[in-house]
Amino acid sequence: MFTLLITCFFAAVLAPWVHRRVPKYAGALLALVPAAVFAWLIRQLPMVAHGHSVEQSFQWVEGLGLEFALRLDGLGLLFALLISGIGTLIIFYTQGYFKGHPQQGRFLMYTIAFMASMLGVVLANHLLVLFIFWELTSFTSYLLIGFNHEDEAARSAALQAMLVTVLGGLFLLAGMILMAQATGTWKLSEIVQRGAELQAHPHYLPILILICIGAFTKSAQFPFHFWLPNAMHAPTPASAYLHSSTMVKAGIYLLARLHPALGGTGEWGAILTTIGVATFLIGALMAIGQSVLKRLLAYSTVSALGAMVMLLGIGTSGAIQAMAAFVLAHALYKATLFMVAGGITHETGETSVDRLGGLRKAMPFSFTCAMLAGLSMGGVMPFFGFVAKEVWLHALGDYPLLLLATVAVGATYVLVGITVGWKPFAGQRPDGLHAHAVPISMRIGPLVLGLGSLFLAFFAGWIGHAIVEPAAAAIAAKDLEVHLHLWAGFNKYLLMGIGTVAIGLALYRTRPVLLKTGARLAGFARFGPDAAYRLILSSVLKFAAWQTRLLQTGTLRHYIRYAVLTTTALVAAAFIRAGGFQGLENLSPISTRIALVAVLMIAAAIFTVHSNSRLRSILSMGLVGYGMAMLFTFFGAPDLAMTQLVIETLTVILLALAFSHLPPFRHGSSMRTRGTDLAIAVGGGVVVMLLVLAALDVQTPTAVSDYYLEHSYKYAHGRNVVNVILVDFRALDTLGEITVLTIAALGASALLKLRQGKQEDKS
Amino acid sequence: MEVLLAIVIGTLYTGGLYLMMRRNLIQLIIGLGLLSHGANLLIFTAGGLRQGGAPILAEGEKMFATVPADPLPQALILTAIVISFAVTAFALVLFLRTYQAVGTDDVDELKETDT
Repeated sequence: MFTLLITCFFAAVLAPWVHRRVPKYAGALLALVPAAVFAWLIRQLPMVAHGHSVEQSFQWVEGLGLEFALRLDGLGLLFALLISGIGTLIIFYTQGYFKGHPQQGRFLMYTIAFMASMLGVVLANHLLVLFIFWELTSFTSYLLIGFNHEDEAARSAALQAMLVTVLGGLFLLAGMILMAQATGTWKLSEIVQRGAELQAHPHYLPILILICIGAFTKSAQFPFHFWLPNAMHAPTPASAYLHSSTMVKAGIYLLARLHPALGGTGEWGAILTTIGVATFLIGALMAIGQSVLKRLLAYSTVSALGAMVMLLGIGTSGAIQAMAAFVLAHALYKATLFMVAGGITHETGETSVDRLGGLRKAMPFSFTCAMLAGLSMGGVMPFFGFVAKEVWLHALGDYPLLLLATVAVGATYVLVGITVGWKPFAGQRPDGLHAHAVPISMRIGPLVLGLGSLFLAFFAGWIGHAIVEPAAAAIAAKDLEVHLHLWAGFNKYLLMGIGTVAIGLALYRTRPVLLKTGARLAGFARFGPDAAYRLILSSVLKFAAWQTRLLQTGTLRHYIRYAVLTTTALVAAAFIRAGGFQGLENLSPISTRIALVAVLMIAAAIFTVHSNSRLRSILSMGLVGYGMAMLFTFFGAPDLAMTQLVIETLTVILLALAFSHLPPFRHGSSMRTRGTDLAIAVGGGVVVMLLVLAALDVQTPTAVSDYYLEHSYKYAHGRNVVNVILVDFRALDTLGEITVLTIAALGASALLKLRQGKQEDKS
Repeated sequence: MEVLLAIVIGTLYTGGLYLMMRRNLIQLIIGLGLLSHGANLLIFTAGGLRQGGAPILAEGEKMFATVPADPLPQALILTAIVISFAVTAFALVLFLRTYQAVGTDDVDELKETDT
């Protein structure tokens, strides 16, 4: 599995190169990679169907317990099959869609990188590994939505999708960390076995909410659903792949994966069912008023994702298997419809379904595929959508209200199915609408998936046993039997299905009225979450601009002020928190000569600050330095005293020399500025003073010093311990010091040379 | 004794910080000088003051008879003194060049000199 992931990422990196080499067949060649993954997954199918799982792991960062752990079980297999299977077809489809496009290589790279990340999400068995891949899918999605980077709308939609999903990702990370702390393990396979322990933990509710926010943002649940319709600015292959069949299901996958650990409680049911139903209904309602092909599909995807969350929230075995079956059915028909829609727009340049018509002669292939998928979406016999819808209705048998909602929403699915599958192809072709059939590469994908919707229905029993059952068993964490039937007998659910289709047909009849109502409702968008997002984003930007203007003035003095103030405040706060002042003990007695030196230094320092003359100021600073040297002598540091004397003299001379090139002090500040600066400076000084006094209480460990005192003669044959430390024990530090000096000297001389050069130029 | 030195350190920090917030470039350098004195003294005091002898062995001795002053802070400060000299010298040359290139030694005016 690890090899597979690496191969996929490697293929992504190679994609632009492949495209440059064989521009015409890059898609077909690169599609071999996901095809290989798909084949490998199919080979694991019998084993996984028997309840086994494939595991692989190696230590990543040992000390942190970070393990690169992968695991393939029934749930992972269902998603991985969809990711690699649809991925193969999409990458092949790209070849036709982007025919002759100079940036096709870039698109292929992003798409394959996304595929690899998404496979990582569903195969990860370690929370942090999952999180990393999770964020990678957000990131690749950002690149794909913003693929037409010259389009302002695409860029802002990409940013929106990224901000929403990454923000959700942060919540998810927090939830994961809490969960790992509560269970004591990062491994998913172990966490799902500790459900009881986790649910009894006091942090259970925060964990649940955090994880849900992460999953809901990713899977476009209300009120975070707004990014998904906007994400339709992505090229259609990306929309078909990421934003209908795979990436948006990552949140569903995560909730399903964690169902054994977090699910089954009242909170779980309440949160997931409420949000799921809300999304389910709102998505369907919004879809009715849409006439742009891709937005229509996007809203119906939002609704479908809501349905999956709702079914997970209900959490009965029936609901779980309905959800697993629906994930499969939805991916098949929605990706097909997107690919067909992409084909239509590609060949006619038209995006609105109301300006399309009569394409059945020009695009018979697209028509066939669209009908297959549209019928499956409507839940018509004998398509897989019908099979899934039957199980679904069956699972809701005890919830009459939800059953009613399902019938109503199901009717809008029928409406969407007809609008996309039938409307563009039927009737008269509008004047000036040119169309011709899509190329072969764009036929394969929709055809395979469309026919898949049909054939899988006839093998429903086998699919149920081999794919849906292991997935449902992994979600429910218990053995269960799934029996999918194309013909489940004549019962009330069949009647409901037929009723749904009938209502849908009636809705299609009244579509013009619905569109008008939809247009009228569009005014409410002003109060919707999309508007809220824009408001928040612009407020954050305004705040950032305001505080940047305030803090980043470009004046050095202000920066110093802020730095000093912040440090003072932080140190003072830490000081107070540590309990303030403990009282002074172990003070050494004051001797007269030291007191004299100290007073002299204080006086000299004040004079340095106060003086208006440059020379007096610098000389009194020198006096402070000599005072330092004297203190060093008193406290047994002759080396320091000598160095200080030499350096201080040098500094004074250097400064005095520089004066001849600099003007006298002439820039005064106002009294107010000086007052403020003095207050800040005094604050800094007082805090440092308190710090020194507090440091007296701290017992300095002397082990290192003692070691040096003891061994300096023994090992280094030196009598002056300070010198031995500098040139023997810590010789490398001294080398660093010498390097700094050299660099400073080089820099200074370079600067001086620069001036000479400039003068020469002038003369 | 320590209280007295703490006051000295506090004064050096105050003076240094105040000078660094002035508008003349040269005052900035002098402020930096005062600040590094303060910092050196801070390390020295915090390392513990011992009025014992210097950590230097007399001729013929192999071990210290009495505990001398702590050599570790001394080694640190020795490095710090030299480094701060390098910084001061470099800053001085830099400011000198700035003044010659821009024609002002007023820190407030420097923000309008970017081209």
